[in-house]
Amino acid sequence: MDLILQLLFTGIGIGSVYALVAMGFVLIFRATNVVNFAQGEFSMVAAFLMVVFAVDLGWPYWLSILLTLGGMALLGALFNLGVYYPLRHRSYLPVIISTIGASILLANTTLALYGPQPQVLPPVFETQGFLLGPVFLDSQYLLIIAVTAALVAFQYWFFEHTLVGKKLQATSQDKEMAALLGIPVAGMIMLTFVYSAVLGGIAGILVAPVLFVSIQMGATIALKAFAATIIGGFGDVTGAIIGGLALGIIETFGAAYVSVPYKDAFAFLVLVVFLVLRPQGLFGERVAEKA
Amino acid sequence: MTSGPTPRSAGFQAAAPTPARRLPVGSLIYALAAAGAVALAATTPFNGYVLNILMQAATYAIAVIGLTIVLGLCGQINLAQAAFFGIGAYAVGLGTVDAGVSFWICLAVGVALAAFLGAVLGASTLRLGGHYLAMVTISFQQILTLVLTNWIPVTHGPDGVPNIRRPVLFAEGQSYLALCVLVLAIVGWCVWYLPRTRLGRGMRAVRDNELAAGVCGIDVYRTKVAAFALGALLAGLGGGLFAGSFTYISPDQFSFAESIVFLTMALLGGVGSPVGAAIGTGLLILIPEWLRFLKEIPGLYLAIYGLAVILIVVFMPDGIWGFLGEQGRRLRPARRAAAPAGELTLSQEGATSAATLEVSGLAKHFGGLKAVDAISFTVARGGIHALIGPNGSGKTTTLNVLSGLYTPTAGTVRLNGVDITRLSPHRRAAAGMGRTFQNIRLFRSMSALENVVIGAERPNNALAAADRPALEARARAALAFVGLEGRAHEPISGFSYGHQRLIEIARALAGNPALLLLDEPAAGLNSTEKHALTALLRRMAAKGLTILIIDHDMTLVSDVASHITVLNFGRRIADGVAAEVLREPAVIEAYLGEDAATGPAAALKTDLKTDLAPAAS
Repeated sequence: MDLILQLLFTGIGIGSVYALVAMGFVLIFRATNVVNFAQGEFSMVAAFLMVVFAVDLGWPYWLSILLTLGGMALLGALFNLGVYYPLRHRSYLPVIISTIGASILLANTTLALYGPQPQVLPPVFETQGFLLGPVFLDSQYLLIIAVTAALVAFQYWFFEHTLVGKKLQATSQDKEMAALLGIPVAGMIMLTFVYSAVLGGIAGILVAPVLFVSIQMGATIALKAFAATIIGGFGDVTGAIIGGLALGIIETFGAAYVSVPYKDAFAFLVLVVFLVLRPQGLFGERVAEKA
Repeated sequence: MTSGPTPRSAGFQAAAPTPARRLPVGSLIYALAAAGAVALAATTPFNGYVLNILMQAATYAIAVIGLTIVLGLCGQINLAQAAFFGIGAYAVGLGTVDAGVSFWICLAVGVALAAFLGAVLGASTLRLGGHYLAMVTISFQQILTLVLTNWIPVTHGPDGVPNIRRPVLFAEGQSYLALCVLVLAIVGWCVWYLPRTRLGRGMRAVRDNELAAGVCGIDVYRTKVAAFALGALLAGLGGGLFAGSFTYISPDQFSFAESIVFLTMALLGGVGSPVGAAIGTGLLILIPEWLRFLKEIPGLYLAIYGLAVILIVVFMPDGIWGFLGEQGRRLRPARRAAAPAGELTLSQEGATSAATLEVSGLAKHFGGLKAVDAISFTVARGGIHALIGPNGSGKTTTLNVLSGLYTPTAGTVRLNGVDITRLSPHRRAAAGMGRTFQNIRLFRSMSALENVVIGAERPNNALAAADRPALEARARAALAFVGLEGRAHEPISGFSYGHQRLIEIARALAGNPALLLLDEPAAGLNSTEKHALTALLRRMAAKGLTILIIDHDMTLVSDVASHITVLNFGRRIADGVAAEVLREPAVIEAYLGEDAATGPAAALKTDLKTDLAPAAS
């Protein structure tokens, strides 16, 4: 029982990271109808930026975070201009291939600049955590859960209660109509990419102290977040969050009770099961094409 | 191989070999060049280093050609080509080393296993959009790498498999290279020929427009799975030969990074053709050899690949070969039809005593919205039946249910007395249903003639033999019928909106449908074009064709329709002979409002023909 509670806590913690990246997937998908395969690399780049600022240069943690998030916003903007924007009028296939190219480019540029050794980023808090009854609450995991919850709340408020949020929703639902109503569609898409890159960056900063900071972390996180998105459905941010948490829990229990080397395979299995049985995810996505 | 593993359904037979009406000059030249390349590979004394590079290029090219089938011909994405390559390689490696089985048996097993896994992977995800497929193939790739690395008792783990045996006859490097080149040449020819087969045409149609492919009688899902399995099969073949060429394999040779390398090779050369694949493979194997210093910094080499992928997709979407081909086409004089097209014949195959179409109690609900609510009507054989109603009355929904794009909530649909309610679009097409779309759906990468050939190829079309000359003759006759035969070889993008509509009608006519559904054919046409359309519809009806038409243009409808069914708010409000229906108060009310039927405007009903037209358009 104690072990189960402990695993549950860890699962929710790691699942929160998947949820953050999955939210980025969903936002870009809703705005552009394309899955950004470089979403995971945003987290990886952010983690490496943190290592550069906070470890190599020894700058204060808060300053490093600010600089990293600024860098991510810039990266999101450049990504939109270089990878998505030139292809916006083409079908989804070239865009998918282009984002895959970007993912390879980001991962391997980082590898070329930083070398293959995994890096370590110290956690935010000095204290490791504390015991709550039988469960050890790791401080970094608590932070991850808290930040995710705060971001989810922020995003809800932003999309439902601000004008910019409404404009973003309008853009994602019908670009032509939005443009006719005077909404700057290109600007809205730019904003989506910037925000998604920052979101991926936050996930990277949060998860870096838990995992090693490595070139592969981007691809791994992206696969998990994608599986989370499949579980929840592409049309809905709530789905992404629930999917992310569910996957984190499944994976943690799978690693504890089934097999550690094949831990990463659980995401794939869940993905396939959902694709076969409920492809639209728990919360559905409009899949039908209009005749 | 020419037609692939063709499923044995009526709708899916491969084209019979074309009778040799003229000498296949291109194929002969190709065969000579291939024989020359094989002879050169077998006799030129290469040193070991060059030999290795050439063997790698030949085996990679086979896998990249497989990718052109999936990506180029069928428009589906596969990011696990290196995994299928690895399956072929490990089958040969483990089979010859650990099990001591003959090379050929191992190769066959590897190829079959790759094709099988490709089909399974495709079958589980190809119903869904491209991004699902991309991620699932990435996952499959990662899982395979995990298994190859961690399942040490079987796969030898990260150490890899050394001392792989080649077949006795090809034990020498020189002769083995000749074998690889020979296989590459055969594969290249088969894949070059593939677009000329029924399966290949189906793949192109699916890539260009899935909905249209379905209503033309192409089994979209099965075509995609076939493309995916064929692509995986060729990867397995290339991988098996690769294992024999290097006699040592390890998991890192089949990682995700290699899948990206394959993808880049295909994109660079051009996904449209096996020649492009060979060019892309050759360049991307040779260039890194010239630029070996790039490999000294880990990551730099792949970073350049990633950048190359983006640049190619943005600036050279058809790759090197596609670019060259485009220049070549500009120089070539336009093709003219050799002989005048024959007269279009339409027959009533499968006609029974039953009415052509019987719809009873048909309903389609979207959640709480009853878009179509228990409507019934019958379309008699021959002549034009119109389905009209104000906007939002459920006309297009009805048409989509009839052609199988939507599943009805309730009710039955019978075509020539056969219940087709639960059939998928391509099976309805096989049963004799043809249709056009309100927003024109043509196959954009093809010429007008190629579009109509796909229509002529409708399963169970008794009027077109399965060979290519017969299909083209029928397609030309259909194009001549709508007046566009002289421009048969022009690409779709060169036609005006009105002409594109005519091509879509010709595509449906070529299939000799038992019933033709026309979804707002007059939408977006100018008045001259509408007159031409009216005449065309009359000529179609004169040939005995049964047509169900939806349109807002009351002039057109009252000019051509002999029978009219009127819908409003998803319900049938009138049905009968055209002139009588147009006089019914309920119909006038639906179009002009309640006052029109009872108030002073009721006098209008004497001259509905002119008055309804502006109100309804």
